[in-house]
Amino acid sequence: MSKLLRFFLGIILVSAVLFYALSELNSSQGYSGKNTLTIYNWGDYIDTDLIKRFEKETGIKVIYETFDSNEAMLTKIQQGGTTYDIAVPSEYMIDKMRKEHLLIPLDHSKLPNLKNIDPRFMDLPFDEGNKYSVPYFWGTVGIVYNPKMLNGKKITSWNDLWDPDLRNKILLVDGAREIMGMGLNSLGYSLNDTNHAHLQEAKRKLDTLTPNIKAIVGDEIRLLLQNEEASIGIVWSGVASEIMSENEDLEYVVPKEGSNLWFDNMVIPKTAKNKEAALKFMNFMLDPKVAAQNAEYVNYSTPNKKALAYMPKETVNDERFYPSPKLTEKLEVYENLGKKNLAYYNELFLEFKMHRK
Amino acid sequence: MNNKVTRNLYLFPYALWIVLFVVAPLLLVIYYSFFDIEGHFSLVNYKTFFTAVYLKMTLSSFWYAFLITVISLIIAYPTAYLLTKTKHKQLWLLLIIVPSWINLLLKAYAFLGIFGTKGIANSFLEAIGIGSKQILFTDFSFVFVSVYIFIPFMILPIFNALNELNPTLLDAANDLGASKWITFRRVIFPLTIDGVKAGCQVVFIPALSLFMLTRLIAGNRVITLGTAIEQQFLVTQDWGMGSTIAVFLILIMFLIISLTGNRKRGV
Repeated sequence: MSKLLRFFLGIILVSAVLFYALSELNSSQGYSGKNTLTIYNWGDYIDTDLIKRFEKETGIKVIYETFDSNEAMLTKIQQGGTTYDIAVPSEYMIDKMRKEHLLIPLDHSKLPNLKNIDPRFMDLPFDEGNKYSVPYFWGTVGIVYNPKMLNGKKITSWNDLWDPDLRNKILLVDGAREIMGMGLNSLGYSLNDTNHAHLQEAKRKLDTLTPNIKAIVGDEIRLLLQNEEASIGIVWSGVASEIMSENEDLEYVVPKEGSNLWFDNMVIPKTAKNKEAALKFMNFMLDPKVAAQNAEYVNYSTPNKKALAYMPKETVNDERFYPSPKLTEKLEVYENLGKKNLAYYNELFLEFKMHRK
Repeated sequence: MNNKVTRNLYLFPYALWIVLFVVAPLLLVIYYSFFDIEGHFSLVNYKTFFTAVYLKMTLSSFWYAFLITVISLIIAYPTAYLLTKTKHKQLWLLLIIVPSWINLLLKAYAFLGIFGTKGIANSFLEAIGIGSKQILFTDFSFVFVSVYIFIPFMILPIFNALNELNPTLLDAANDLGASKWITFRRVIFPLTIDGVKAGCQVVFIPALSLFMLTRLIAGNRVITLGTAIEQQFLVTQDWGMGSTIAVFLILIMFLIISLTGNRKRGV
């Protein structure tokens, strides 16, 4: 018995020591301080030097946490127990969150730098009047390809992918909206189409693409394309610019039939504990020089019009990542189609994934 | 009397654990399975499950889980047998178990490199004159990696069963003129069948609901019930349908456990 007792006492002692050490470590990093700002953002989606600068300028301690999908973020915020002051969801998720009353309206008088944003990216249907969100980055969905591996072949449209020469060469990103959208766009329908006949037609068309598809993958797509595991990939423009900076042979194109235009905006979720600091941080990120530095680091397209002046000419004039207004007109923003339609998209996507060669 | 009270007291944490973390989640899963995507009470999810898409998925999950289990067994049984014959069996056993302590995701990522077009596997094929092949994102790579991951769990119970086998029984069989094969078939195998059953259970059941490997290694070319549950919960956010698939998965697991269960043999 005394042996058992000693065993348990030992365990309790060890846990106590570990707990103490952990709390010491946390407090030495200032985690327990009062004036903190908790940011919930996508992985590797900010220049960390800017966080340090913000901390120095304002004395606010920043806690930075990351998520890897809008849905994962939503679940965490819905369930509560978190204290995120700022989150960075995509546009369809902002629409959903605002309808579920998960967002706090922004006080525009505290955001004087909002005027720097290109009016093209303001007042969009998912958040009219930018009541809840300010643009952070934007981009498109398109095709990354390696002309070297395709013997100089050029790809300009979705329909080019159905070329029988491209057998087993294409990687798709594992997203129902993106891939169903590609099917719809290739047929000339809108990416927000909810007509079941059109969706069925798009799914049948996608089925015929199966021989050309090598795999349908998640984040690994970066690694696989960068290492020339496949010569074509359907990705978001941000992912494209990231891997293109690693592998110079790669090209990116926004298909001429049209594609998706997406936004990641900063919002203040209902879980916020420090609204003042959140607004300060938003305004800080909207500063042209800060936005320029951040865009240089993250390699995504900034919606900050004034920031463009502080960025290299070749970046700003690169039509692949800053498409001309003429092309942007063809791009569509995802609408929140409602749970039922979304379920139908996912069901068709699942059937498409199960379709064998 | 006093004794009974203390016993109940000791039982309490266990009972609490079972209720909170086994019974309650199961009931919740069953409860959620009766709601459609808009939150109305209905049986529509069960109807959906019996459509071609999900039945096909169930069958293919079964097929892959079966393949993985059989191949693991074919490799694990002789390995476990040889292990019991080695000098430092605990050391060898440890070496086999150690890889199972490494995170599954890390191992999967390693295979992305090994099986890649420019990976070791293809360099080897190239060197022996076969030429590089598409290995990643095929049925082969999926089954291979799954077997690799599950094999320690198959070896362990079989090893234990073989290790506990009384060697005098083998001597007796030998004395009575049984050939090696007969000894194996009539003595060794029947006496270790419980280990085999336990091994098959711990491999088959998780293999039915594998989901990460289906994307990483099979490139979503293999869709199992696990993949579908993940998608329903995380992407579609249709908890009802996700729960319904989970209910069927749980039913299948109960069925397998009761079919392969250890019947008491008057020991």
